[in-house]
Amino acid sequence: MITMEHVCKSYRVAKRNAGMKEACKALFRRETEVIQALSDVSFTIQDGEMVGYIGPNGAGKSSTIKILSGILTPESGSCLVDGRIPWKNRTEHVRRIGVVFGQRSQLWWDVPVIDSFELLKDIYSIPSNEYWNNMEELTELLHLQELLKMPTRQLSLGQRMRCEIAASLLHSPKILFLDEPTIGLDAVSKLAVREFVMRLNQDHKTTVILTTHDMQDIEALTNRIILIGRGRVLMDGTLDDMRRLAKEQGEPEREKMPADNGSMQAPAECGSESLERIVAGIYQKLDIL
Amino acid sequence: MTKYKTYFSFFRIRFNMGLQYRVAAVSGAATQLLWGLMECLAFMAFQRSAPEAYPMAVSATVSYVWLREAFFSAFTTWNADQDIFDSIVNGGIAYELCRPVSIYHMWFAKTTASRAAGAGLRCIPLLLAASILPRPYRLSLPASPLHFVLFTITLLLGLGVTVAFCMFTYILAFFTISPQGLRMLLTSMIDFLSGAIIPLPFMPDAVRSIVELLPFAGMFNVPLLIYSGELAGAAMYRGIGLQCFWLVTLVISGRILCRVAERRIVVQGG
Amino acid sequence: MKEKIKSNVKLYFHYLSVALRSTMQYKTSFYLMVTGRFLLFFNGILGVYFMFSRFGHVKGYTFGEVLLCFAIIQADFALAECIGSGFAAFAGIVRQGEFDRVLLRPRSTILQVLGSQFRIDRIGLIFQAVFMFTYGVVISPVEWTFGRIMTVCFMLLGGTTLFVSFFLLRAAFTFFTLDGIELVNILTYGAQEHGKYPIDIYGKKMLKFCTYVIPYTLIQYYPLQYLLGRTNRWYYGVYPLCALYFLLICYGMWRFGMRHYQSAGS
Repeated sequence: MITMEHVCKSYRVAKRNAGMKEACKALFRRETEVIQALSDVSFTIQDGEMVGYIGPNGAGKSSTIKILSGILTPESGSCLVDGRIPWKNRTEHVRRIGVVFGQRSQLWWDVPVIDSFELLKDIYSIPSNEYWNNMEELTELLHLQELLKMPTRQLSLGQRMRCEIAASLLHSPKILFLDEPTIGLDAVSKLAVREFVMRLNQDHKTTVILTTHDMQDIEALTNRIILIGRGRVLMDGTLDDMRRLAKEQGEPEREKMPADNGSMQAPAECGSESLERIVAGIYQKLDIL
Repeated sequence: MTKYKTYFSFFRIRFNMGLQYRVAAVSGAATQLLWGLMECLAFMAFQRSAPEAYPMAVSATVSYVWLREAFFSAFTTWNADQDIFDSIVNGGIAYELCRPVSIYHMWFAKTTASRAAGAGLRCIPLLLAASILPRPYRLSLPASPLHFVLFTITLLLGLGVTVAFCMFTYILAFFTISPQGLRMLLTSMIDFLSGAIIPLPFMPDAVRSIVELLPFAGMFNVPLLIYSGELAGAAMYRGIGLQCFWLVTLVISGRILCRVAERRIVVQGG
Repeated sequence: MKEKIKSNVKLYFHYLSVALRSTMQYKTSFYLMVTGRFLLFFNGILGVYFMFSRFGHVKGYTFGEVLLCFAIIQADFALAECIGSGFAAFAGIVRQGEFDRVLLRPRSTILQVLGSQFRIDRIGLIFQAVFMFTYGVVISPVEWTFGRIMTVCFMLLGGTTLFVSFFLLRAAFTFFTLDGIELVNILTYGAQEHGKYPIDIYGKKMLKFCTYVIPYTLIQYYPLQYLLGRTNRWYYGVYPLCALYFLLICYGMWRFGMRHYQSAGS
């Protein structure tokens, strides 16, 4: 179980202004400003749940993931993951979680994928039989057979992402964080990733926390959505709750979307595209962009 | 005219980027101050060991060391523009080829700018500090106003020669798989031949007379020796003449080679 | 405890083999780098050679004696860069956000950073050091007793440790600022460059500075006095081991920096 209670976090960043004059000024004095990344964030996630964590860029998504995975210490508030405080005993905690960053690679660039996996086996001290069982299962479900002997740098993005996901699951974590796992993937790879995550959640009861900008991911995978904006939790509920929220806020501003001139009469049926509209509408209405 | 404006704005962007790194600049100057001091102390130790063998005035060596430190980032070939190399290796060059400006000119402007920014920012605090140090370590004034003027001119000429030479290393990167290794080979030679390791007067006379004819002597050697008056009269004008000669030669041959390289890319499709 | 050490050592060698295989993917580049390094520092020797052919000696040190000193420092530095290049390149790791990945793995961060890179191309420098050292042995009149051979070993061990400590210190600074780390370079590259001459040629003040502020004479000047037969105090030869203490201090700085990173974010 994951609980976060009243978690706050702020950063101090240096202001950098454009222009020659400002650059010279910065030589002597640098202004900083405080950015509130998270203010009073609370939620609870049960074992085996699959949760979509969404919000515009800079809303605080990655700060939350970082805190939950023990990389970042919050200023105040408490956070428990399966009874552990993530940042207190880092090695114990990270042994039991898996993290996939869609924009970064955890595989060694120049060696075959299987070599990276072998190294991860040593890093996580995975017992041999557990490692081979997981390998077998992951290879089959993610169709890795052909890829394992290739160096990471030769893989396509979709192939690499499948390997990344496998790499994060070799040590059978109970919780998996997926940070934009489908970013930049082609349609086939996207479907493969979604299907796999679905099965993982069903077969192994792995808790999955998914951040993404792709509403199709959300629709396909999660029942529960946590919407975050400007460091606050704005909504915690189902897809329907979100549609309702959008209604309360008034219909998404159709006149602001020039591509759409009334041709789509029934937005609700149009699946993820309308979902995207709803989310965009909420972002605009709540002024959290 | 607008063409030059384009190059100028490349220049300005680079310069601003260099200025942004405030702490880096200050700590860099402090590092160089200590570095130069060690160097002066070493030369002085040699001078005390055998004063009769010392080839120039000690104060001239001290000035040489400080000026070299101050303008080091402008002249060292090691300090080449990494993103230019990257763009060649990873194919980002395709973008540059799309721009309606000559690659040679653009890179020339870019490289000159980043070098001028790096050195321009560093030389002021360093030279100020060096000129208020206690006596034997102090940077002395130029030998005469004429020497100072010629020093400034040859410094710019030297920068031109250096950049023109860097252009060669960029262009050669088109033809090799590993610009890194090549660069290292070139750098190791040039640092030595330009007088960055020891001033040319410290070399044995036979070696010195050959090295002085090479383009690299124009980088550190000529301007820095003119400043303190160690290089004067006919020898000085010969040095300046050689600088001009090499600048023209390097630019012309660089442009020809650049055109060959561009054609190669177009043929191979990057 | 024993198990844990064993598993860490095993993991380090596993990292090492991956790093080596990665390097070997780019063979041409690798050989060029080795050759380049090998030639690059001939500059240094050539510079020293020219100086000695003009002046004969410096503060009583002959060319052969300076070569011994230069070779040992060179080897220290090359070994340190070889082993500790993960720390030397740490600014890049932090800048690209790769350090997050390090924190996400259930292993000591030091081990992971050390394992992230192994610059085997520095072997070019080591060859050169061996070459210089051999030539120095031939042309200098040092009598090679057991104590002196041990002194050389201690100098290598202590010197490498000291340089690795500097890299670690620099990496620790990286947690606070990505700009200011150049200042620490004077400790590493400065020491490598100016350490080719015994420190006393730079004068008494510098000798004091390099003893009390940075423990640099302990791996260079003092053991060298014993090595070259300028003193009978054999314990000067053991001084380099003090570098281990310095390593501990730098490790403390690293821990402190890491805590800062975790609370400040990147």
